[in-house]
Amino acid sequence: MAQDAEKVIDHFELFRGAEYTGMLANKKRLFEDPVAAEELERVKEWTKSKEYCEKNFARECLTINPAKACQPLGAVFAALGFEGTLPFVHGSQGCVAYYRSHFSRHFKEPTSAVSSSMTEDAAVFGGLNNLIDGMANAYSLYKPKMIAVSTTCMAEVIGDDLNAYIKGAKEKKSIPMDFDVPFAHTPAFVGSHVTGYDNVMKGILEHFWNGKAGTVPKLERQPNGKLNFIGGFDGYTVGNMREIKRLFDLMGVEYTILGDNSDVWDTPGDGKFRMYDGGTTLEDAANAIHANATISMQEFCTEKTLDLIEARGQEVIAFNHPIGVEGTDRFLMEVARLTGKSIPDSIAKERGRLVDAIADSNAHIHGKKFAIYGDPDLTLGLAAFLLELGGEPIHILSTNGGKEWVQKVDALLASSPFGKDCHVYAGKDLWHMRSLLFTEPVDFLIGNTYGKFLERDTKTPLIRIGFPIFDRHHHHRYPVWGYQGGLNVLVKILDRIFEHMDATTNDVAKNDYSFDIIR
Amino acid sequence: MSGNVGVEEVKERNKQLISDVLEVYPEKFGKRRAKHLTTFEADKGECAVKSNIKSIPGVMTIRGCAYAGSKGVVWGPIKDMVHISHGPVGCGQYSWAARRNYYIGTTGVDSFVTMQFTSDFQEKDIVFGGDKKLSTIIDEIETLFPLNKGISIQSECPIGLIGDDIEAVSKAKAKQYNKTIVPVRCEGFRGVSQSLGHHIANDSIRDWVFDKLGDKPARFESTPYDVAIIGDYNIGGDAWSSRILLEEMGLRVIAQWSGDGTLAELESTPRAKLNVLHCYRSMSYISRHMEEKYGTPWVEYNFFGPSKIAASLREIASHFDDAIKQGAERVIVKYQALTDAIIAKYLPRLEGKKVMLFVGGLRPRHVIGAYEDLGVEVIGTGYEFGHNDDYQRTAHYVKDGTLIYDDVTGFEFEKFVEKIQPDLVGSGVKEKYIFQKMGVPFRQMHSWDYSGPYHGYDGFAIFARDMDMAINSPVWRMTKTPW
Repeated sequence: MAQDAEKVIDHFELFRGAEYTGMLANKKRLFEDPVAAEELERVKEWTKSKEYCEKNFARECLTINPAKACQPLGAVFAALGFEGTLPFVHGSQGCVAYYRSHFSRHFKEPTSAVSSSMTEDAAVFGGLNNLIDGMANAYSLYKPKMIAVSTTCMAEVIGDDLNAYIKGAKEKKSIPMDFDVPFAHTPAFVGSHVTGYDNVMKGILEHFWNGKAGTVPKLERQPNGKLNFIGGFDGYTVGNMREIKRLFDLMGVEYTILGDNSDVWDTPGDGKFRMYDGGTTLEDAANAIHANATISMQEFCTEKTLDLIEARGQEVIAFNHPIGVEGTDRFLMEVARLTGKSIPDSIAKERGRLVDAIADSNAHIHGKKFAIYGDPDLTLGLAAFLLELGGEPIHILSTNGGKEWVQKVDALLASSPFGKDCHVYAGKDLWHMRSLLFTEPVDFLIGNTYGKFLERDTKTPLIRIGFPIFDRHHHHRYPVWGYQGGLNVLVKILDRIFEHMDATTNDVAKNDYSFDIIR
Repeated sequence: MSGNVGVEEVKERNKQLISDVLEVYPEKFGKRRAKHLTTFEADKGECAVKSNIKSIPGVMTIRGCAYAGSKGVVWGPIKDMVHISHGPVGCGQYSWAARRNYYIGTTGVDSFVTMQFTSDFQEKDIVFGGDKKLSTIIDEIETLFPLNKGISIQSECPIGLIGDDIEAVSKAKAKQYNKTIVPVRCEGFRGVSQSLGHHIANDSIRDWVFDKLGDKPARFESTPYDVAIIGDYNIGGDAWSSRILLEEMGLRVIAQWSGDGTLAELESTPRAKLNVLHCYRSMSYISRHMEEKYGTPWVEYNFFGPSKIAASLREIASHFDDAIKQGAERVIVKYQALTDAIIAKYLPRLEGKKVMLFVGGLRPRHVIGAYEDLGVEVIGTGYEFGHNDDYQRTAHYVKDGTLIYDDVTGFEFEKFVEKIQPDLVGSGVKEKYIFQKMGVPFRQMHSWDYSGPYHGYDGFAIFARDMDMAINSPVWRMTKTPW
């Protein structure tokens, strides 16, 4: 017996003992009808081949291990960025359980959202009553300042009309007539989580700017010199938002963050649960119409939102998740241009420190080959940073990337000699990436937690950057934007390179001459 | 809760607590929720709550859906089959590798549990239907994963709404490839929770695995001691630390449902002499079916904590001859020293602590014995998706004055814990961080908080260690500022 009260062992060690390995070997041999060992080995090797890669890329209908989620996830993300806001997802209830779990596994924080819990009868008769009752319950129990409604695919397939339903809920007195209920249709079979973010952000601004569902006059824009900032769907939102606010404060910029999730996903452990914390105030959301300009950090998360803002007369500027020196330079210079503020010396010093750090360390990254996958904006930001570091992107893949994304990436790659060997894959998944890592290997892979399966199969060391990160804690607290954020990303990359270097130079009397104490 | 006076006070407090939370609801819904909340009265001998009925909208139910019950629970762990999440991308994405159904296999070659296969529905699939796409997907699976033993189609909400005929596709493709292909109508809007998904998944095994067996020859010679483990999902290795005990007592486990399970094991199960059932809620249906159709008796067991393990080993052994009965006694004796040492170590650190649970369909009662073995008292419990028969069974576990809450809402759970201030809450990941922020120790009782196994004697040691680690962590001293 392996277990011992003095040193209790769990799944990591328990099942490695002979009593368990023997038992499981018998199970396999006698009862599992296993594939013959040689056949297993043959097929395993075949999955690494060029031939397999071609068959894999010939797939037309099957998606395997995609790097994207569905619209309503982004809807909940966007809604949670507003003060006292309860995301209300109209449709089946299981979806909401999934979004809440998914975010909690990434942020290690509670995520509050409710569902209208539609079932079979609602599939037949529509979900009007579910929405009316759900509004009344949510309002009574959770006392939100605003309820932001989005939809699951069920409600979309049966064609529920949110605008009419919300009016119905107000007429039935589920909520006061003047209560703020912005909404957006967010069908899961269109786009991805970044689309859902965009739709809800747009829905919230439309609500406040266009007369709050007919209850007040439309707002007339009176430019006030302020700057709006939208982060987009971002796994690093906690650290990033705080870093952006710090930079804006240093510059003396008057700004409104539209969708600030940094407090609601980082509440203190002080004996109290805060269902709501921080976020853009509803007043600020309304007044954001008067800003001179809006900056989006993620173009593909805010396409429709920026169209709306631009149509109301603001200048809009979109970045692609800028990471590193030049991306941050461009971002700050745009902020300076749009606000008339200068970039203070203290920020120039931060820049200098990042440049200094790159000078110190780039030898370890120069010429290394990378594969990157993730959301369209993030992959662009990461690729640009790698090019700055002298790293060579070889595969860039985005399951939710489209033609425009490909054009942007191609243009970026063409701008640097380090980008010349790179291929870009839109709409592909991590099973495609697996083939690529076998047939055209790279030194390092950059992606989210799911990349660990690729690391295991292909032995390509994984640098965890993206969303979700389930199996490392607290990374979301550290920014990847700004020069400080660039430094964080640089260190993440370097740490993995050094770990890998150590792990491959520690064979005693064979290669441990390179097991250097100074690197 | 020592002595009757204490119990009466607790009952009075619970009554007040229940009335306090109900007051906050709109009247109509307060009345509906009232039927789900009660205090267990030992002299009445029942947990008088309504269960397995629709959650009310807008309340932050902790429940999931039928798809979660079928793909996430019953089918997903069958390792040598490919399970297609059929519909939009999200459902499969959020449930991808999230349930810790451990297995041994070469993932992507002969095993597929921790992969996400989806038809990633687009608007055109909703408009024109997805049957053709599904058919092509099955072809592509056959091309890229030739060692798969079969395929299941896990329906997401749109499938049942757009009128797709996944059964026809399955039949045609099963014939073409001479393979098991199982269409599962587990659309998320069906039923009121995960529970109907379990039932639908059970029925799909009956209809598309058992009923298609024909005259397939047996893969092994039967023995009088052949049993199948039903309803253990091998979370953190639970089924393995259970199987070892059954084998040590002289039984032969011919199948695991469904943790670390295979299609071959499903197919062999009707040959078992006894089905031993851990999760009654999710697999009683197929157990009853096998009893009716194949005459296979089944027995419920509980492998949480030494008291229940010993009772269960004896109960299982009672279905066999003396050799097995002696085997059960031998196993109990073998682990006695470990059990004693674990209790000697942890009971003094845990005695008198109070815990509140809210889990799925089995553990709200099943783990109570394990806590009691460590001197910990369960003072509140409830099910996400239990039925009336679960609450009946719960009455045999809980003590007088236990607070019972069915399909608890986020609001109710938070208020109950806030007032009662238990020493530990055991529930899921959505609840974990809420209570930890309140300064209340917490363990996830679905995923074992990434630890485990908790089943069997080996698991009990880990359970005891983990509960101690949670309750007695130094972090809880620091939640308040010292100034």
